[in-house]
Amino acid sequence: MLVTGKAHKVGAHIDTDAIIPARFLVTTDSEVLGSNCMEGLEPGWVKRVSKNDIMVAEENFGCGSSREHAPIAILGAGIPVVVAKSFARIFYRNGFNMGLVLLEVGDDIAKLSDGDKLEVDTGNGQIRNLTTGETIICAKVPAFMQELLDAGGLVPYVKKRLADRQ
Amino acid sequence: MSHNLAEKILQAHTDEEITRAGQIVNCRVSLVLANDITAPLAIKSFKAMGAGKVFDKDKVALVCDHFTPNKDIDSAEQVKVVREFAQQMGVTHYYEGGNVGVEHALLPELGLVGPGDIVVGADSHTCTYGGLGAFATGMGSTDIAGAMALGETWFKVPPTIRAAFEGTLEPFVGAKDLILHLIGRLGVSGALYRALEFGGPVIDALSIEGRMTMANMAIEAGGKAGLFPVDEKTLAYCKAAGRNGDTLLKADAGAVYEQDFTLSVTGMPPQVACPHLPDNVRGVDELKGLRVDQVVIGSCTNGRIEDLREAAAILKGRKAHKNVRLIILPATPKIWRQAMDEGLFSIFMDSGAVVGPPTCGPCLGGHMGILAGGERCIATTNRNFRGRMGSLESEVYLAGPAVAAASAIAGEIMNPAKL
Ligand code: SF4
Repeated sequence: MLVTGKAHKVGAHIDTDAIIPARFLVTTDSEVLGSNCMEGLEPGWVKRVSKNDIMVAEENFGCGSSREHAPIAILGAGIPVVVAKSFARIFYRNGFNMGLVLLEVGDDIAKLSDGDKLEVDTGNGQIRNLTTGETIICAKVPAFMQELLDAGGLVPYVKKRLADRQ
Repeated sequence: MSHNLAEKILQAHTDEEITRAGQIVNCRVSLVLANDITAPLAIKSFKAMGAGKVFDKDKVALVCDHFTPNKDIDSAEQVKVVREFAQQMGVTHYYEGGNVGVEHALLPELGLVGPGDIVVGADSHTCTYGGLGAFATGMGSTDIAGAMALGETWFKVPPTIRAAFEGTLEPFVGAKDLILHLIGRLGVSGALYRALEFGGPVIDALSIEGRMTMANMAIEAGGKAGLFPVDEKTLAYCKAAGRNGDTLLKADAGAVYEQDFTLSVTGMPPQVACPHLPDNVRGVDELKGLRVDQVVIGSCTNGRIEDLREAAAILKGRKAHKNVRLIILPATPKIWRQAMDEGLFSIFMDSGAVVGPPTCGPCLGGHMGILAGGERCIATTNRNFRGRMGSLESEVYLAGPAVAAASAIAGEIMNPAKL
């Protein structure tokens, strides 16, 4: 998948309460959650986002609670990809399961600035910064997780496992 | 191969041979947990997976503790979804109303989790059960749906950081201070993708409740699990909770650790984590004079009977400052009754406290103690992210029960030794 959009840069240790505060957890609707995405960071943050824009974060993105509402809110806001220096563990799993593409790039994160236009090739884990002309190649995801992605996420994967057991 | 605690427990639940950290293995799970916020999403995924029944109706726990007693129509609807699912699936361990407590205080007390178990929960503080020697970790709702359907899930074998504690604890210094100190040292991502294993004489001497307080906050350093060896004390706790057949458990001699260090705690003052991250830790005296508007004593970190006794010892015969709302939430109905029977509620009421039902309540900014802009709270909870307990302009400081109680009396952050 090729995604082209504007980078929205956020800081380090962005927690799930910043991504979607607990008061919004009374629904599982992605559109409603999306309209409140990052409300705990800055009220009205989501208004700057256009469809297919890309979130860019420093280390430990998504730390805190296990709420799957966090990746759902990001997707609901129209953001299909998050690029970060590193991700918190539970958030990383959740992202994969929800079909949110997560690219961990380590120190290369410095090559991306707020407002840059990015082109992300999710299949090859390649990020082209169209504003600066630089390219970042991300580390490969582990084989098992690639298998999950290829199956279309955890839901179809479990569905198949259940069918195999029958 | 010698295994550390995390590897040893994972190995006992898989047919594959564990040879290195980073390996991905499929493990059978002992218990699967979700709550009123995370279960509705898990149920949605469970249905999308085409699953007709849970893998074992005795090994699924659904605990409606976050917004309960339901704070509004939306949260009532969510609980209804969980209740109906529990009934439909015949789930044995469903809790709501008079039998509900904060999940991570409730399940150990009911004997539903114990040594050597693998527990996965759609709640990040599932790591609490590491205090009993269980490999317990939080996951998202869809992962939990998969585990509810299959009875197994995949894990990446984590590298382990071993932290030993030695020395003598000062008065009013306990488990919460030990873990805050460690998080301050490691940082909020210091244990990212890793397991923590605790040891040393201070840990051996700690109560099971104290160990659970520490394991609870492993996630606050980014950890996947926080593990304690299983000793006679653990076995006694589990037996009292109605379990049978648990055995001692510790890491093999020669087990491999990514880091292995010892912290001396002699002379360490009570610790407080300042806004807005749990690793922003200082000694309590550095914060003297900081006015507080609210004090919360409760949660899965410090809402157990031991914590309430510690708070009561300080509050006894004293009054909370007139500008402070002191909110005390015993974490489970059993703890509530015990506190009542021991006369702790009289002490709390005399001090001017509000005693509430067992609920997560203000810990996650749910209800029963939300902060306005500019307000400051000191709480025995585990997270002080910006806006966690209410307004984005409010502040949460984290401490143990003794410091929280002393601060309620002084109206400012206070070292109980100097009250
Ligand atoms: S008490 Fe707080 S940290 Fe514990 S489960 Fe409830 S909301 Fe989560």
